Amino acid sequence: MYTMGIDVGSASSKVVILKDGKDVVAAEVVQVGTGSSGPQRALEQAFKVSGLTREDMSFVVATGYGRFAFEGADKQISEISCHAKGIYHLVPTARTIIDIGGQDAKAIRLDDKGGIKQFFMNDKCAAGTGRFLEVMARVLETTLDDMAELDAQATDTAPISSTCTVFAESEVISQLSSGESRNNIIKGVHLSVASRACGLAYRGGLEKDVVMTGGVARNAGVVRAVASVLKTDVIVAPNPQTTGALGAALFAYEAAQKK
Amino acid sequence: MSLTQGMKAKQLLGYYQNKADQDAREAKERGDLVCWSASVAPPEFCVTMGIAMVYPETHAAGIGARKGAMDMLDVAERKGYNIDCCSYGRVNMGYMECLKEAAITGVEPEVLVNSPAAKVPLPDLVITCNNICNTLLKWYENLAVELDIPCIVIDVPFNHTMPIPEYAKAYIADEFRNAISQLEVICGRPFDWKKFQEVKNQTQRSVYQWNRIADFTKYKPSPLNGFDLFNYMALIVACRSLDYAEITFKAFADELEENLKAGIYAFKGAEKTRVQWEGIAVWPHLGHTFKTLKNMGTIMTGSAYPAIWDLTYDANDESLHSMAEAYTRTYINTCLSNKAAVLMDIMEHGKVDGVIYHLNRSCKLMSFLNVETAEVIKEKNGLPYVSFDGDQTDPRVYSPAQYETRVQALVEMMEANMAAE
Repeated sequence: MYTMGIDVGSASSKVVILKDGKDVVAAEVVQVGTGSSGPQRALEQAFKVSGLTREDMSFVVATGYGRFAFEGADKQISEISCHAKGIYHLVPTARTIIDIGGQDAKAIRLDDKGGIKQFFMNDKCAAGTGRFLEVMARVLETTLDDMAELDAQATDTAPISSTCTVFAESEVISQLSSGESRNNIIKGVHLSVASRACGLAYRGGLEKDVVMTGGVARNAGVVRAVASVLKTDVIVAPNPQTTGALGAALFAYEAAQKK
Repeated sequence: MSLTQGMKAKQLLGYYQNKADQDAREAKERGDLVCWSASVAPPEFCVTMGIAMVYPETHAAGIGARKGAMDMLDVAERKGYNIDCCSYGRVNMGYMECLKEAAITGVEPEVLVNSPAAKVPLPDLVITCNNICNTLLKWYENLAVELDIPCIVIDVPFNHTMPIPEYAKAYIADEFRNAISQLEVICGRPFDWKKFQEVKNQTQRSVYQWNRIADFTKYKPSPLNGFDLFNYMALIVACRSLDYAEITFKAFADELEENLKAGIYAFKGAEKTRVQWEGIAVWPHLGHTFKTLKNMGTIMTGSAYPAIWDLTYDANDESLHSMAEAYTRTYINTCLSNKAAVLMDIMEHGKVDGVIYHLNRSCKLMSFLNVETAEVIKEKNGLPYVSFDGDQTDPRVYSPAQYETRVQALVEMMEANMAAE
């Protein structure tokens, strides 16, 4: 039996196809999200990789910001539940999840059965999200992929005190013009993102293991910053961009079994 | 035959809302006094004096619900009112500016001509009270200064401890008597204490029927859709000292009673989970907030917001201490522990499975304590909760997708809890 989860995010589209609720036969990511060709392209890639078609799917669950706009799902489930499901499946010892995506940052507390005890999300502000990093990368004339490596070369942390994306951008420009090293600024940017996310994690009562997921978890600089703020080890979820889609595919498997 | 004979509660609601505004317009035309009042300031004194009442908060909520808030917010913001000020206040200041311009020039500004706002006249006096908010003091002072009219302020101090001490009740009763004295001067005639007794009795009859409606949320499934409390509360705010509220609420409560007997419930057979709504409604997006819940089978069966107007008191208490107690015990005028206790009582009564906290940018007093309140309550009753960013009448603050995600996650948590049981 094949089931599929599609996570239509604000900045990317992710598809996971599962065989019998355990084997991942496709996990595809396209770096554009809802309202674009991203969801369709991610689907096509997943079908191509797996050699399967929509008709082969016993059940499809959509999640993410664009879950209601996506046509072709049997059910929509929030990304909070899907990330919790996906992470618990991958890391059963996870009790605190920090998920930083394109425009959402969230902390989810799990119980020992993988149930959601509580979750906290950023409010109407993009500070501390993937969009924040995108803006900073542009100002710092680098790419998201290079930021972690540049962070590793920093000799100090340039403080980025503002939590507002627009004001932080001005702050970065001001730091650059005053001669601060770009690497140090990048480290400061990462710390700024980490501080926002950790603030959410503290509200839920921090409990180990702490697992990071979402696109921003691919940035080792942010992961290091989160670990330093929380003063604990942080596990990065395998293939962190697709954990929401994986959770959706797992829910789809459960639903298909009940059919 | 009476115009209202045979009307259903919903028709009565529309009829009496319009009639209250019509009463104010006719009073103005006759040269009688019109008062703009804060929503939880006692109307009993003005009604006794035969003054027509208008409620800017209710009026602003109506403008918001009819998608007319942005125009009025724009007028207020051009006058320099910051977007951090309460949006009820900004909508009302914008509306007042339009009326004032029309009164001075004889020409209604276009923004007013095109507004879906209910037509109400400018006030001859304003009355305010700080038992739900301190912004109301400055807001009404500004109205009084802009229009050069009297402003009656009833000071109701915050209750840092409970129960409410006698000296606080005595002080507030003195504030009431002081307001009465001011009204005697403004009206140029003595206060009619006999009529006051009748008005107090009427207010209590209205409150009794209001509480009858809210009580229906205890049934599972619920015959009452809690969002109807938001719709009907216009009359408990604006007409509680008139029989308009009593007649309408009695009709609605009787209908609910009939429905309960007949096994007719608000969501028919679709009620799956029940939530409490903490905070003021998001009036410009009322439909979206409601339908998102309804589509998931989630009914609202508790909210402390409409319950603020459970202003039950002893109408025969001539010391006015009982009335003072009713007007000071509103939960947002009390300490955190009492606030949490009030909310938990409503949760228990409504048999809710989770809580939605509206982090309302306008209402600092209700919202700033939400984070702490939610944690205190979660610790005690273990119910899952979620909070979302919004505003009572500024449509720009609310994000439908963010609301949907948070509420859907809450529903999934509630369903998981129910499955585990």
